[in-house]
This record gives sequence, structure tokens and C-alpha cells, in this order.
Amino acid sequence: MSAEHASGCSDCPLAAPAPRRAARTVAVVGPPNCGKSTLFNRLTGLRQKVGNYPGVTVEKHIGRLAFPGAPDAILIDLPGVYSLTPRSEDERITNDVLHGTVEGIQRPDAILLVLDATSLSRHLVLAASVLALGIPTLVILNMADDLLHRGGSVDLEALARQLGAPVALASAARGEGLEPIREFLGGRLGIPAPVELPSVSDIPRCRQWARQISEDSSYSAPAPPLWTRRLDAMFLHPVAGPVIFLGVILGVFQTIFTAARPLMDGVAALVSISGRWLHAALPPSFLRDLLLEGVWSGVGSVVVFLPQILLLFLFLGILEDSGYLARAAVIADRTMARVGLQGKSFIPLLSAYACAVPAVLATRTIENRRDRIATILIAPFMTCSARLPIYTLVIAAFIPEQAILGPFLGTRAAALIGLYVLGFAAAFGTAILLKSSVLKSERNSFLLEMPVYRWPTVRGLSLRLLDRAKVFLRRAGTVILWVSVGLFLLAHVPTRGGSPVPIAQSVAGTVGRAVEPFIAPLGFDWKIGIGLVTSLAAREVIVATLGTLYGMENGAGGEGLQQAMRHALTPASAVALLVFFAFAMQCMSTVAVVRRETGGWKWPAIQFAYMGALAWGGAFVANRAVTWFLS
Amino acid sequence: MVQAVVSLFRKERKRVAAFSCGLQALTLGSEGIVDSLQIPPGAAQRLQELGFVPGARVFAAWSAPGGDPRVYRLDGMEVALRRETAEKILLRNEERSSVVG
Repeated sequence: MSAEHASGCSDCPLAAPAPRRAARTVAVVGPPNCGKSTLFNRLTGLRQKVGNYPGVTVEKHIGRLAFPGAPDAILIDLPGVYSLTPRSEDERITNDVLHGTVEGIQRPDAILLVLDATSLSRHLVLAASVLALGIPTLVILNMADDLLHRGGSVDLEALARQLGAPVALASAARGEGLEPIREFLGGRLGIPAPVELPSVSDIPRCRQWARQISEDSSYSAPAPPLWTRRLDAMFLHPVAGPVIFLGVILGVFQTIFTAARPLMDGVAALVSISGRWLHAALPPSFLRDLLLEGVWSGVGSVVVFLPQILLLFLFLGILEDSGYLARAAVIADRTMARVGLQGKSFIPLLSAYACAVPAVLATRTIENRRDRIATILIAPFMTCSARLPIYTLVIAAFIPEQAILGPFLGTRAAALIGLYVLGFAAAFGTAILLKSSVLKSERNSFLLEMPVYRWPTVRGLSLRLLDRAKVFLRRAGTVILWVSVGLFLLAHVPTRGGSPVPIAQSVAGTVGRAVEPFIAPLGFDWKIGIGLVTSLAAREVIVATLGTLYGMENGAGGEGLQQAMRHALTPASAVALLVFFAFAMQCMSTVAVVRRETGGWKWPAIQFAYMGALAWGGAFVANRAVTWFLS
Repeated sequence: MVQAVVSLFRKERKRVAAFSCGLQALTLGSEGIVDSLQIPPGAAQRLQELGFVPGARVFAAWSAPGGDPRVYRLDGMEVALRRETAEKILLRNEERSSVVG
């Protein structure tokens, strides 16, 4: 997506693509959770992740804006900082960019200093150190709607005079007050006027200065956020709080199972109808078989899970956008302390329910390196959305639906919760192991700012879901498609006398049978073996693989997959398969990101081996236990 | 009986007031004024940036189930701190006052 579209110069005279001119680098700086990324998205038209808790942005993001008759602006969105003395990895990035020590990025020509207008006197402390850099700066008081709505006010001109820099009042969330910002970016940049700034290292002195400035610019703080107080009285209530927390969790899982069902059935019907239509429309040929058994059964059986995964992302989005996530971290801190971690580790762990890759990045906000590595190592145990397809498939195939708590909880949702708990328990057990041995450290402090509650917006949530659907479908259209097609081809060679050998003797079958001795103790046959091998590309690929393999056998897809699973697996081996997927680190993207974030192969190698061993051992025990239990 | 309980309660309150002047000693729903931070300068920096500087008025707003960590309100924002950190933020003894809301 090109950022240039956002500048809205449809009637600009320079319609022909001008040669790339020298561009200005503009850094977006500000305290955590004051709306920097929201503003960045508004200005560039890009869609970086935003949320309502401190530490959403942990990486620099770059977007380009074009201005007629002025140099382009290269906007750099940065992680939030309280000061220019970094204490964690994400803060270090901001600091390095501001000081021009990052390769490939020149020292900023200008700064957009974004402050939260509702707590100006506090946020002005950061202004002292940013203005002292001597870089042309526009001070943006964001969340203006909130300020005015709650009865606060500020004299912009007086404030600009005091700071020696232009000041703009804006609401990035509503897209209001952006014009002065665009003018600043496209205009002549002025060095901040020399005003007397306090010494940055003397924080109490800085605060005094900030208080004085906000007084002199007749800043009147807004009334306290009443609704946030009321909601906290409920969510942080000693009894009601945990009960609500539990209720929300149960509700989420039940909805993921039951409400997603009709939608998933709809997609499945679409896949099977279009498959039948193709079958009738095409003449019998190898290509038709490839299309139907390879692509339709393979990719189709994964695409079916799109509604369920979107529903999960909807819930996570509401958690993140509303501000409840920070409260959940506070409630979880005591438990996290017991395993040697802290509440801040809880936020990456929760986002690992979506995907481990952003979760590993999110650990950058954790100041202590050992705590950070421990969190990285346990994050892939959290049940990511790529595990949902295989979980749902096996549960639906082997567990009959019965009500446990009336309409609130059924057996299948309960089984799913059980698997989430299993992953959680493995993460915690591993944390205890790590924090009492190789990653032992002193108890660290826990500091977390509580954001004001906000209504998740329809726009924000739908953008999230749209982006997620794109990622999912892109994966289905690339990795999963190629693996399915490749598998179909490998299952058809070598040929004997013009027709392919039985699958068991094909190349794919040979691979599967080569793995079989290792997985036979877990109750898996060679077909599951092929699935385990292909799922190294991505976990959900196993569903596509089984779809293709069983599809080739029975010529059926979608509906038939559950049936085929029931024939292929005993209940004991089905449970073993679930346990295997709960523990194993079958995700190359996670391995890659862990390598990058820990700076070497050591930790990802240990992690992969450890999780693999645990998966094998756990599946073995599960298989034996269920066999014994059912005999 | 009731009186005995009340007096026990009073005694407890008095003991807290007399011996402990860290932030963790604030009862929920009351306010205190920061006197000093008994934390090495490096570690104290983030706390200061968040507003825990001498003279700051801090209100004990909420606590997680089990009483730790607690959420303190100062300067119009709320921040969660563990007990062990709160203990090292000392309050001015005389100016502690109970307020509602």
C-alpha cells in the first residue's frame, strides 16, 4: 500500500511521477499509549497495529508522504518512551533513531512530539528532553476530543510561546485537527526557539518546569474519567473481578465453538458445492484430480476455519482496544510472580493466543533480559490460532456435543478449554524450570500504566479482522496451496505401467513410513506422519495434508474429513495427536523470529528440541493413559 | 464483642500509622504525599518519570485480588505497583489524610 495516497493531492499539478526528491525524515515520538500509531496510520494511510495499552508498538514503522512543492516526508512511527533514557529494547529503538545511530536511517529532520492532551502536565516532562535535541518539532496534543469532552482546556498560543515550538490540538482517532500537522510536514521547518529548558537528568525539576508551563498556558485538566472508575470498581473488584474474568473466558470459548459453527458450515458448503461443480465441468484428467483432491480438499479444509479464527481475533481485539488487557495483567501479576515472571510478561503471552510471532516481538517491553528470554521461550506453548483447525477437527470428530452448563458450556468447548489450559500449564511449568535454573534473576519490579477504558470502534475492529483474513487467506493461497499441490504430486510418483502406485508406496508414502517407527508408539500411522512433516511449514497445514490424503482415498472433502479421521485414529491416538500439537514447536516463522530477537541459534535450538521432546513424551503418555482408561 | 472488634481494628490502624510510612501502608481509598524514594537512582528513574517525586499526592485506588499489586492514582493517571516497590516509596507522615472517592 502506498503512503502517497493519503496526502490527498488528487488535483496537484505534478501528476506525472516526479523523480524521487530528497526526503525529510520525521520521527513520531511520545509517551506510551498516547496515540502515535493511530496518528501515523491517519497520516500515511497505513495500518500499523494500534491498541489501548502501553507497549503496542515495539518496532519502528516507516511511511512516506508526498507534498506538492516540498520534499517528501518519511514518517517513522516509534515505540513510546517516558524519557530519552531507555530501559528496555523498544525504548532503545526510539532513542537510537532520535540520535541517528540506526543504519539506513538518517537523524530526523523533524519530530512530531505526540502528547496526551488529557494529562499534559505529566507528558510535558518528555517535551523538555525532546526539545533539547534542537530538532524542528511540532508538539501535538492528541486526544483533544477526550480533553474537551471531559471539560478541560488549554491555550495553544501561550503553550507554543512557552515551549518555543508550534503546538497543534488533534484527535487522531477521529481524524480531526490533522491539517496543521500536514502543513508542518510540508512547510518550512523552524528550529525550536531558544527557551530555558531544565536539566533533563533532574526529574523533579523537570516536573516542576512542566507544571509551571501548563499553568502558564492556562491548562485546566479534564474531569476524571468517570466510566473508567466505574468499570474498574467492577473489573478490579476482589470477588466480582475474577468471576467476570472467568465468565468472559468461558463465553469466548463457547462462542468460538458454537457461534462459529454455522459460518464454518457455510464455508464448507461453498467449498464442497464449488468442488462438485468443478468435478462436473471438467473432463476427467490428472489436472482435475490435482485441482479437486490437491487444492480443493487440501486448501478447502483449512479455509473452513476462517470464521472461527476471525471470531478469536475479534475477542482479542476487544480485549486490547478496550483497555481491559492492562487490568488483566495486574490481576495476573501475582500468579506470574510465583513462576518468577511479572505481569508485563502476561501481555505477550495473551497475544500469543493469536500468534507467537508478534508475541515474541511484544516481549521487547520487558526490561530484564532474562525475564524477556524466559517469556520468549514459553510463548509458543500458548495456544495460537494456527492450532485451532486441528483442535477443532479432532474434537468435533471424537467428542459428542453435550451440554455441561446449559447453553453456556458444552463438552466440545470444555475440551477446547482443556487444551488451552494444557498449553498454559506447559508454559508455566517451563517458566518455573527456567527461572529457577538458567534464567534465574532477582525479583523484578512491575510497573504498568493503566489506560482509560475506550469503546472498541467498529472501524478499528473491522480493520483488524480484514487484515487478519488477508493474512490467513494469503497463507492458504501460498504455503498451504504449495504444500498441498506438492504433496499430491509426491503421492502420485513413481508411476508403474502408466498409473501411479498406491499412496503407501509413493514418495510421500515412503517419507511417511520412514517417520512411522518414531511415531508408532504415539499411536500415529504413516499418514499422520506425513502430516507432522508438512506441518513444520505451518501448523494448520496438517489439516490440509490429511484433507488431501484422505481425499485421494475416498474422493471426498470437507464433511468426509471428520469421518475419515474417525477411521484412521483410535480415541487414544486422537488425544495423543492433540497433546502433540499442544506442545510441539511446529512453526518455522517462530523459530526465525526467536533467532532474531535472541541474537543467535542457541535459544531457538534449545526451544525446538525441548518442545519436541515434551510433545513426544506427552503424546506417548496420553496415548498410554487413554488406552488404559478405555480398556 | 462488636466493640472489641472495633478496638482491634483501631489498634491495627494505629500500628500502621506509627511504624510504617511506605506507600503500601495507605488504606485503599486514601491519599498520601510522597516524601522520598528509598531506591537506587537508576531504578528510581522510571518511578520518578511516572510522577513518584517528593511532594506528589498519591491515592491508593484499587488492588488486584489478594491485595498485590495495587493501582495508585497520581497526576490524573493510574499505575500498578507491586508491594515491594510501594514499600520503598516513603510518605510524609503528618500530611496523610483520608479522602473519599
